[in-house]
Amino acid sequence: MIELILEYWRPFLYSDGQQITGLAMTLWLTSASLCLGLLVALPLSIARVSTRSWVRWPVQGFTYLFRGTPLYVQLLVCYTGIYSLAAVREQPLLDAFFRDALNCTLLAFALNTGAYTTEILAGAIRSMPRGEVEAARALGFDGWKLYTYLIMPSALRRSLPYYSNEVIFMLHSTTLAFTATVPDVLKVARDANAATFLTFESFGIAAAMYLCITFALVGLFHLAEKRWLRFLDPSR
Amino acid sequence: MLENVARFVATLEGFAPLLLQGVWVTLKLALLSLLLGLIFGLLGAGAKLSRVRAWRVSAQVYTTLIRGVPDLVLMLLIFYGVQTAVSRLTAVMGWAYLEIDPLTAGVLTLGFIYGAYFTETFRGALLAVPRGQAQAAKALGMKPSQSFIYITFAQMMRFALPGLGNNWMVLLKATALVSIIGLADLVKVAQVAGKSSQQLLSFLLLAGLIYLLLSSASNAVLRWLERRYGGAKQEAQR
Repeated sequence: MIELILEYWRPFLYSDGQQITGLAMTLWLTSASLCLGLLVALPLSIARVSTRSWVRWPVQGFTYLFRGTPLYVQLLVCYTGIYSLAAVREQPLLDAFFRDALNCTLLAFALNTGAYTTEILAGAIRSMPRGEVEAARALGFDGWKLYTYLIMPSALRRSLPYYSNEVIFMLHSTTLAFTATVPDVLKVARDANAATFLTFESFGIAAAMYLCITFALVGLFHLAEKRWLRFLDPSR
Repeated sequence: MLENVARFVATLEGFAPLLLQGVWVTLKLALLSLLLGLIFGLLGAGAKLSRVRAWRVSAQVYTTLIRGVPDLVLMLLIFYGVQTAVSRLTAVMGWAYLEIDPLTAGVLTLGFIYGAYFTETFRGALLAVPRGQAQAAKALGMKPSQSFIYITFAQMMRFALPGLGNNWMVLLKATALVSIIGLADLVKVAQVAGKSSQQLLSFLLLAGLIYLLLSSASNAVLRWLERRYGGAKQEAQR
């Protein structure tokens, strides 16, 4: 156990000497895909609750597709499936993008979390109290202004408890990245296991690291909810 | 485009039995893990609501640890770890080498993991059954086992239904992970077929489509069950 830690603490935490690995890679994967996913989800969630069906339907199809299939299959399609097409390899720009494992992984993760986040935000927008919107309309808020000043800030706050689940889900999903050769915590654990045969210890360290990140995230979201959801606290 | 589709349909004929086998493995795995998970969940919920402190603490540790660690890490830990432990044991005892087959390992791992999620669902549902119901059953002279089966359990399942449904959808998709530990499920079969026929993308998309069908079908069944037996709304959890 001690030898394992002494030999592998560096790759487990940040680098194996050539590239970013371990904890740093896992955190980068999680935060990058969450940011990209949120960027996708903000406009899509507004489209998802649109009263025009031709706006609503494509978004509904997108979330249905990405929430109804396993992330592993989505990753395989992005990483191995698309690159197996000759048309993609011949196009220099696409070739450069899909040849890199990290790009493919981030694409799959971002689209997946984007689909889930879209539904979370759309649910929050729908549960917006009617009176608030009517009051804002009476005060002259309309269209773009209504969304940027009233609906989206409120929806983002209200969706915080559900979004925290999604963040932890995403953290746990990043473990799939090792199947696309991205060196995250689990990949380092597998390498350590293959080299030393200390199975319980190698994967145990990885499990403990994920547990710590999960607890840290839960704590952060608890603080965030205290700060931004205070207005919903009935005891005040 | 049309040519490609025609070519894919032509190859599909040869791979149909293999694909069906993969679908069968996925379904078997999902249903058996569901069953095991439900058992773990019931035991866990019972332990969480127990009067004995040790039971409560161990159930709390179980759900916290399992839900805090990614499925895949636990799967590898249990799959490789248990195999190593069994090999060591057989070596020490001088028994023949025993290999755990991937399906058993997959069912055990998924059942154990999702048992933690089911524990939380059942705990909430058990608390939602009014206490007076069990008291009334006792007053009518029912034995504790009768009271649990006919009164508490029967009503609890109605409250648990939405949570169980959500967990089932996550579990169904999580079965895709077992191809990583070497089980020939739908994903693995699609990869094999795609690589040997040089049509990887088409086969992967087909696998995705089959998962989509499976989750849509379960969605329909769950909606029917909720209409039929539901009556209590519970918050969605993933």
